[in-house]
Amino acid sequence: MKAQYLKNVATLRYDAAKCIGCGRCAEVCPHAVFAVEDRLARVVDRDRCMECGACALNCPTGAIAVHAGVGCAGAILLGMITGKEPSCGGPERREDGASGASCC
Amino acid sequence: MPPATVRKLSGTLGPLPPNPAMGSAKEKWVVGILGEGPSAVPRVSTHLRAADRFGTWKSRWTLGRDDYAVLPGLYAVGSPDRTSPVLVTANYKMTFDAVRKELAGVDAWLLVLDTKGVNVWCAAGKGTFGTKELVRRVDAVGLARRVSHRTLVLPQLGAVGVAAHETARATGFRVEYGPVHAEDLPAWLAAGRVATPAMRRVRFDVRDRLALAPAELVFTFKPALIALGAMFLLNVAGLGFYGLVDLYALAGALFVGCVLAPLLLPLLPGRMFALKGAELGLIWAVAVCLLNGWPDAPTLAWPKALAYLLVLPALAGFLTMNFTGSTTYTSPSGVNREMRRSLPAMVVAAALGVLLLLGDGVAALFAR
Ligand code: SF4
Ligand code: SF4
Repeated sequence: MKAQYLKNVATLRYDAAKCIGCGRCAEVCPHAVFAVEDRLARVVDRDRCMECGACALNCPTGAIAVHAGVGCAGAILLGMITGKEPSCGGPERREDGASGASCC
Repeated sequence: MPPATVRKLSGTLGPLPPNPAMGSAKEKWVVGILGEGPSAVPRVSTHLRAADRFGTWKSRWTLGRDDYAVLPGLYAVGSPDRTSPVLVTANYKMTFDAVRKELAGVDAWLLVLDTKGVNVWCAAGKGTFGTKELVRRVDAVGLARRVSHRTLVLPQLGAVGVAAHETARATGFRVEYGPVHAEDLPAWLAAGRVATPAMRRVRFDVRDRLALAPAELVFTFKPALIALGAMFLLNVAGLGFYGLVDLYALAGALFVGCVLAPLLLPLLPGRMFALKGAELGLIWAVAVCLLNGWPDAPTLAWPKALAYLLVLPALAGFLTMNFTGSTTYTSPSGVNREMRRSLPAMVVAAALGVLLLLGDGVAALFAR
């Protein structure tokens, strides 16, 4: 299945000037947003970004920034009500890591 | 996420610290002990027993899933030696099982982090599967003295919580990210630890979505019971005549929002989850009307029919929107935008519908 969500919303920012071409971003991204060719990273399709933050956390030179968080309506709704940063709440939602679920 | 504290590795001198994983020695899935004294490591089976599968099933249905964990520490698969790979995972039993069942015929170390019984992705998002815990755990089991190489293999989704370069700086161990899905581990190992592009992508197919349906249903069950209870109380108070039709109309919308729409996700038009759910909810509402004699001989008064057409899509849309929490591709910014756009419409539709339903009840009261 080709998973597609809303367009033009991802907060992903990438500064090519800081890239040393280590390849980590392409290695960690679960949606193949990055490709690294000739020791330079390139954003292939930013609309696929789910803002998990793995690339930014693992980029050794800080070339990537993204407002990472949980893409979960329940958590965001709770955040709107409580005025706190949305986060995976409580132990009630945890799924099989092997099948890959994102919210907790 | 706090950066890992950079400090000297204490695990290079003195006796090996005790391995907390040895507390699992009596578990049914432990098939022996490797080594003696402080170097002892439980060896785990790569075969899942009926009890393990039952545990997984229970967990999916959210029955007693809160402490479905294994002890953190170092485990062995097969007969690992100083050169064998170290695979890092979470201490959620379901995750632990998913990893070990793929490792038949493999000699490896399993370093289990204390993620409080939460799977890799969720724990990484929370930071419990994170640089700090990884550094602490590598140190605590004296890993540097147990293996001669300096590489840790992490599940790719662990990268959401672990910074590879910080881990390397703090432990001396290089981080290598394995495949996203445990089931790709054998192929990844066989290929000389090289991931194909497909192994790097998170999958979210029908099977995955179906696996999540039970939990979705269970979480919706409680509010649904409350709604049914309210209808029952109104009945008792003589304020409404809610019967079998209301019951199956509501139950159907729950099923549509929690199971059907998530399953048919890629087939439903539109990008917003709420829209996808509302579409199916509307079809269901029309079906309810048709089942009750519309348009020729309606047994359903028009306010009630209209109420269904408003409430059921709103309910199904809302539930489907909640499924964004279980998908593997919805971004927080996207969900935010979707909610700002769709929530007002759903609230208005639901409110109008409920008013109609209540009005219908009052009208019936006066007609009596
Ligand atoms: S992780 Fe950073 S430095 Fe490495 S290739 Fe990607 S952007 Fe460039
Ligand atoms: S935030 Fe996650 S999904 Fe987005 S580009 Fe980075 S690794 Fe990929």
